[in-house]
Amino acid sequence: MLNIALIYPELLGTYGDGGNALVLVERARRRGIEAQVIDVGIADEMPDASLYLLGGGEDGPQRLSADLLRVSSFASRVRDGSFVVAVCAGLQILGTSFAIEGNDEFEGLGLVDVVTHRGTSRSVGELVVRVGDQALVGFENHGGRTSLGADVAPLGSVERGRGNDGSVDGFTTSTIWASYAHGPMMAMNPWFADEVLSHVHGRELEPLALVADQLYEERRAALIR
Amino acid sequence: MPSGFSWRDGVAKTAVRSVNILSRLSSRGSGTVIGGRVGLALSPRLLANLAQGREVILVSGTNGKTTTSAMIATGWGSSIAANETGSNMPAGHVAALVASSSPSVVLEVDESWLADVARATKPRVIVLLNLSRDQLDRANEVRQIAERWRDFLVDLKETTVVANANDPLVVYAAEVAVSVAWCDVPTPWTTDAVSCPRCTRPLHFSDASWWSECGFSEPQNVVTTLRGGLNVRGASLDLDLALPGTFNEANAAMALTALSWLNVGIADALARINALANVAGRFSVRQWRGHTVRLLLAKNPAGFSAMLATIPDDGVDVWVAINARIADGRDPSWLYDVPFELLRGHRVVCFGDRKLDLATRLDYGGVEYMVANDETAIAHSDDPIAVLANYTAFQEWRERSSEC
Repeated sequence: MLNIALIYPELLGTYGDGGNALVLVERARRRGIEAQVIDVGIADEMPDASLYLLGGGEDGPQRLSADLLRVSSFASRVRDGSFVVAVCAGLQILGTSFAIEGNDEFEGLGLVDVVTHRGTSRSVGELVVRVGDQALVGFENHGGRTSLGADVAPLGSVERGRGNDGSVDGFTTSTIWASYAHGPMMAMNPWFADEVLSHVHGRELEPLALVADQLYEERRAALIR
Repeated sequence: MPSGFSWRDGVAKTAVRSVNILSRLSSRGSGTVIGGRVGLALSPRLLANLAQGREVILVSGTNGKTTTSAMIATGWGSSIAANETGSNMPAGHVAALVASSSPSVVLEVDESWLADVARATKPRVIVLLNLSRDQLDRANEVRQIAERWRDFLVDLKETTVVANANDPLVVYAAEVAVSVAWCDVPTPWTTDAVSCPRCTRPLHFSDASWWSECGFSEPQNVVTTLRGGLNVRGASLDLDLALPGTFNEANAAMALTALSWLNVGIADALARINALANVAGRFSVRQWRGHTVRLLLAKNPAGFSAMLATIPDDGVDVWVAINARIADGRDPSWLYDVPFELLRGHRVVCFGDRKLDLATRLDYGGVEYMVANDETAIAHSDDPIAVLANYTAFQEWRERSSEC
């Protein structure tokens, strides 16, 4: 059974972030892979899962999430090899510090050498990120400006929008994918959902043709000129 | 003419009327906002001067502004000055106050503009319906709106705030006001208030109440309840709305509470509100290419959830139309916050600019659907059709359909 844990949906779910869990589970099940979503509420123990999802949230809920995660087993589970997809506030929480409610150095989980400061303006709009030979399309809405440590690889280069800093977006390690493309980015980018799923499942996936492919083609055509 | 009304305001007022007439003649929309903008530019104090000496009720909140304002205007009974077209920023308010000199004013107000409009119009009553996620690309944090409301409400000494006691964000904003009429009305959408607005710890909800460990909790001194029947300030009222949905019962309860503060006869107001059957086309039954369709507006997850709950389990086809233009919010991520799974078993057709986003959402949610690629080829069904559309998609459906 593939357990996909959706962390604190009531705090980190501002932009339909639960959609990513739904998409991943459905894309697994339709290939005959048993999978389920585990909603991790703020009062729950951190469950055992193959993949943890961290979504976007407002300042207060982001701070509360970081505080709760810090005293949970989340970080040790990630260090032990569980996979993580983090977007927006979730991305910032994984780093060493982030800016929130006027405090420019709120402590993150420190799982990755990444620092987020408050940007001079909010980034709101379509985001296109070149990831290898693919384009990741989505929407960003955040006030952060994220700097990666020298040894941290970005998820990709920004072709439209701002991402971390106008040049690159997010970061990636052998077990973590992080992006500012918020909300149901897995719904808009079926290739990316399958990239994550094949790593988590540990083998190649059969092709799966869904209406999401048409959506991806439409968004790509609309956003890349 | 009220004192303090200057020659410059007179010029501005005339300009608003002229521009509105010209705008309507040249058929560039209904004209109200363009005229209002010109008026505001000519005199920034125009709104304050136009409101002076009148009894003003303001209505704000994420969902139900237009309907509740219409209920208040209808319930009031006399001729009312109101921004009925939904132009709910100051330009629309100026236009409404120029168009009618009635001493009774109802204005629906965009959440972000409420502080400015309240300071200018010195309302007798402000109705605060609810706060939830909406158009996240424009107003990114709903909690910031609650915070801004709180900041200005503390200063309004002559205003009674009619506030939803079941919405923690509304309570957080209104609890500082001098005079509050708390309304215990059904508020199913609390997803945006899971952490306490005072201390950010988790809020606890039960059927009867909600509370936080810091002491922040549902107000107990409610004046209006809607549990097993409507009761406004001690009077039991027989609510029998022509409009559908529990959310409209909550809107009506708050509209009647607002009117009770202005000494309007509540029994008569209730009868008029009960008879109200459609509001700016919302809930109206129309014709389109031989189909009879009922038009339902829903703009955000809370609105969609409420509207989906009004659709019977079977015997109704559901057409959903989604755009993501500026007025809708350009980010349709919220489709994943709507419980579209409720539509399983219905015949569902996807319309609008973002019909593929919708189709993808329905596909992953296990809902069978068709995409209206060729709108002339939609299979005819004998079942009644509900059209659920977000803001600009709804306007398109009003324009493309005709009266029955």
